[in-house]
Amino acid sequence: MKKPVLERPVLLDVQGITRLYGPAKGCEAIDFQLHAGEVLGIVGESGSGKSTLLRVLAGLEAPDAGQVLYRRQADDAGGEDAELDLYAIGEARRRALLRLEWGLVHQNPRDGLRMGVSAGANIGERLMAQGQRHYGQLRASGQAWMRQVELDPGRIDDAPRTFSGGMQQRLQIARTLVTRPRLVFMDEPTGGLDVSVQARLLDMLRTLVRQLGLSVVLVTHDLAVARLLAHRLLVMRRGQVVETGLTDQILDDPQHEYTQLLVSSVLTP
Amino acid sequence: MNGYNFAYLDEQTKRMIRRALLKAVAIPGYQVPFGGREMPMPYGWGTGGVQLTASILGADDILKVIDQGADDTTNAVSIRHFFQRVAGVETTTATTAADVIQTRHRIPETPLRAGQILVFQVPIPEPLRFIEPSEQETRLMHALEEYGVMHVKLYEDIARYGHIATTYAYPVKVDGRYVMDPSPIPKFDNPKLDGNPALMLFGAGREKRLYAIPPYTRVESLDFEDHPFEVQRWEHACALCGSDHSYLDEVITDDQGGRMFVCSDTDYCQSRRGEVA
Repeated sequence: MKKPVLERPVLLDVQGITRLYGPAKGCEAIDFQLHAGEVLGIVGESGSGKSTLLRVLAGLEAPDAGQVLYRRQADDAGGEDAELDLYAIGEARRRALLRLEWGLVHQNPRDGLRMGVSAGANIGERLMAQGQRHYGQLRASGQAWMRQVELDPGRIDDAPRTFSGGMQQRLQIARTLVTRPRLVFMDEPTGGLDVSVQARLLDMLRTLVRQLGLSVVLVTHDLAVARLLAHRLLVMRRGQVVETGLTDQILDDPQHEYTQLLVSSVLTP
Repeated sequence: MNGYNFAYLDEQTKRMIRRALLKAVAIPGYQVPFGGREMPMPYGWGTGGVQLTASILGADDILKVIDQGADDTTNAVSIRHFFQRVAGVETTTATTAADVIQTRHRIPETPLRAGQILVFQVPIPEPLRFIEPSEQETRLMHALEEYGVMHVKLYEDIARYGHIATTYAYPVKVDGRYVMDPSPIPKFDNPKLDGNPALMLFGAGREKRLYAIPPYTRVESLDFEDHPFEVQRWEHACALCGSDHSYLDEVITDDQGGRMFVCSDTDYCQSRRGEVA
């Protein structure tokens, strides 16, 4: 196994993010850094604030306090600011960033896909938003990406609603990754799938993350998913981070009592 | 006619609509909300167009009303009669003689001249509506020029039919900025929008939106590099006037399968026949 490079640049710098809907509802004073090429898992029980945190990070919901700083490589920024404060830049730039450099994979593929148009149009949408206007090329990249996510390219003209749940999730992943985003947010990408489909999807995700050098923030309540994909873990409870560390370290030697409870409550067949 | 203000609407309403029209002309293709009034006709019959016509009509203007290109169909006749009664303006069927032309579904074949105003009746003003049901979101998309989804529809057409199958209400980009629905005109008429010397106003009564294309404005139809924009063609010429370059309607003549192709623009067809005869 390749040893991790320790000097990876920081891609996302999260400082004191607070978004509360009520006392202990939401997330409070979250700090962390995400390095380039890293997969960060956020785990915790339902209602612990993981999804709220993800929504704030992904630019969908403004925080009550705190900053989300996105650091681009100087050569990527193309003369623009190398550091962007997600909620200080204008809405136009934020939406452009979400569309072009970031990606979001929803738990329910129906939230992330356009169910009324074909699989090919779904994959091509982000490319068309970037200004690609060549039908042949759009179609070719649609087919290439369907192959990447292990879907039959022959079904490029079928509507997503004729796909199974696992296939829809693959399609959503293809649709998100087609513009080669640097940073991807995933909200329970394997939720609602049966275990064998889940295993294949995870396997594919792991390959893609490695091949494309993606940085991922992954929200899940499933510790097995976290162990497979995440390099580092953030354990959340009642809106606060109670423990952070390398995945294996946290899962094998949990320090905080809540993490211990979480790890010990995993069912093993 | 007693009991009515000139051209039916009261002066305050006309002033409000004219103000909105000025804004629409200043921002080509941008949908301006206006306080649409109830008109003595059902929505879908051209209430938006009628309100616009009522607010711009002057006592010495000559009005022409067409419906699907024809001057003698129900919608055209009733709106023409309406303005004859409530404004007492002169009406015509000749495109060249008209100052204001209210239209549903067509742009006249005879080229328009500077100084003429074409008023369109629009059912659904929002070109993004088919893919985004939220008004808040579509306005934001217009504001931020997020028009990628327009091509999703065209892509879908090609994937399904092998060519762009949208034949009417074909989306256009006005002056390089706003994507606009040119009302349900056939895409045959889209090239006539580009650089037209006449002022073109669009009114949607139910949705209470109006927008405009000022004279000599650049209007491009959206397309793909390898599937460029094309207009409809016919293998026939008009059975009445012999025109081979106008938009043709297929008319069923009997129940034995008999049919003929004729110009949808009745005034154009008649004037051509007059010249030939």
